Amino acid sequence: MKQVVQAKLQRYWDLRAAGNFSFGGTGSGLIIAAALAFAVGAPALAVVVAIVLGLGLIGLGLFCVWLEIGRPWRAINVFFHPHTSWMTREALLVPPLMAAGAAAVLFDIRFVFLAALFAAGFLYCQARMLHASRGIPAWCQKETVPLILSTGVAEGIGLYLVIGLVIAAAPPAMIAAALLAAVLREAAREAYRRGVIAAKAPEGTLAWFSLREEKLLTAARYLAIALLALAFAGLVPAALGGLLVVATGWGLKVMLITRAAFMRGHTIQYTPARGRDSSHAVMPS
Amino acid sequence: MTRYVMVADLRRCVGCQACTAACKEANATPPGVQWRRVLDIEVGEYPDVKRVYVPTGCQHCADPPCMHVCPTTATRQRADGIVTIDYDLCIGCAYCAVACPYEARFKVDHPKFAFGEEASVSEQARFDEKKIGVATKCTFCVDRIDSGCAKGLVPGRDPDATPVCVNTCISGALAFGDIEDPDSNVSHLLAENKWFRMHEEAGTAPGFYYLWDKEAP
Repeated sequence: MKQVVQAKLQRYWDLRAAGNFSFGGTGSGLIIAAALAFAVGAPALAVVVAIVLGLGLIGLGLFCVWLEIGRPWRAINVFFHPHTSWMTREALLVPPLMAAGAAAVLFDIRFVFLAALFAAGFLYCQARMLHASRGIPAWCQKETVPLILSTGVAEGIGLYLVIGLVIAAAPPAMIAAALLAAVLREAAREAYRRGVIAAKAPEGTLAWFSLREEKLLTAARYLAIALLALAFAGLVPAALGGLLVVATGWGLKVMLITRAAFMRGHTIQYTPARGRDSSHAVMPS
Repeated sequence: MTRYVMVADLRRCVGCQACTAACKEANATPPGVQWRRVLDIEVGEYPDVKRVYVPTGCQHCADPPCMHVCPTTATRQRADGIVTIDYDLCIGCAYCAVACPYEARFKVDHPKFAFGEEASVSEQARFDEKKIGVATKCTFCVDRIDSGCAKGLVPGRDPDATPVCVNTCISGALAFGDIEDPDSNVSHLLAENKWFRMHEEAGTAPGFYYLWDKEAP
């Protein structure tokens, strides 16, 4: 016998939580991009601006979370459980990340490499936070981790290209890196889609892939890749593709947090044997 | 060692929701918050359709994901397996709520009352500010268990040391006790009947067992 599983969309985390994953992901990705740009000889001013903007975005993301929690004035308690909580670990990485970023801006630009290391850790914690959410099949997929990592890095490099438009043109290596990151993100997204389908995620989660908004986002992601390829050939400004990478990354995370996040629903394995009736094994439909 | 678990006999549950009402009364939960629920699940396709009533709530898992993800250590597990929340530590991030595969956790950000904006006299008397903006869930009536045990009573056998949902169940569908005690009622029920636990695939080792048929003789 089959049971129709009525999985509900989670309502605990809304756009404010999505803001943390979007701004925090882009911010940490941007600091990683700044280190990359410095390594390939980008102007120091562009690197400094990227660091400051990256730290600001991470701060903005954390502010979004602060707005979401029920008891904001005891937010300090978030540091209490580093043994197993990825949320605590994410929070613990913020002070050294901010300090390393500030040191890079104020004292020695080479601290950007240390900041990038902490930023990578921050981004990894974000990915693992979602993966640890066992109540939400769309998040606890193992493919969520590479999806969040690649999205953050792609957004960061993409935003660096936008900075390059204002301050100094990004080196070709950065455009190539942005193109590679955008392609890897698309591969991670496709692997995620296949993983979710294979894991028989709730109907609502699977329906996400056929939503009109998601189809538009997918088209925009492909357009971003095309624009970056054209930018690499010198045909269009790289910032255009970079901006689209950032926008589509945020869109993907908003969808993942607020639209695809269906709970598991309640399921039973057998119907009870009542009276003279026999029991039956139950399969989710 | 002691490990308290709940057993729900699906053959006996009639979906009367008496446990739900008792839980609500005992714990003064606001509208929309039901620590003990009875789901009305439909299985099969016409003409072979069955309706199954499934009591549910916090499963007090042996490996609770809510505890692992909690950034504040507000969610803890006692030595007897009961998963608790310290309302003074919880920051209301709701990470535990999205980590729970059983939809057992609730968070109310603003006071809510049954009859509009104003609290009734009884609601006013039992309103607990500590439960606003934090995660809440079924506690297995841990206060009753502790006070009962202090008087030498046995949880699951003596009503004063047993969760109110179990005491209230009209059909004896709910049972509570120590699964580590081979002579407890729950140990006997699990030995004599076929059972399953919900979402075993999540690896949480829930402490809530569902009986569905007699064990073969």
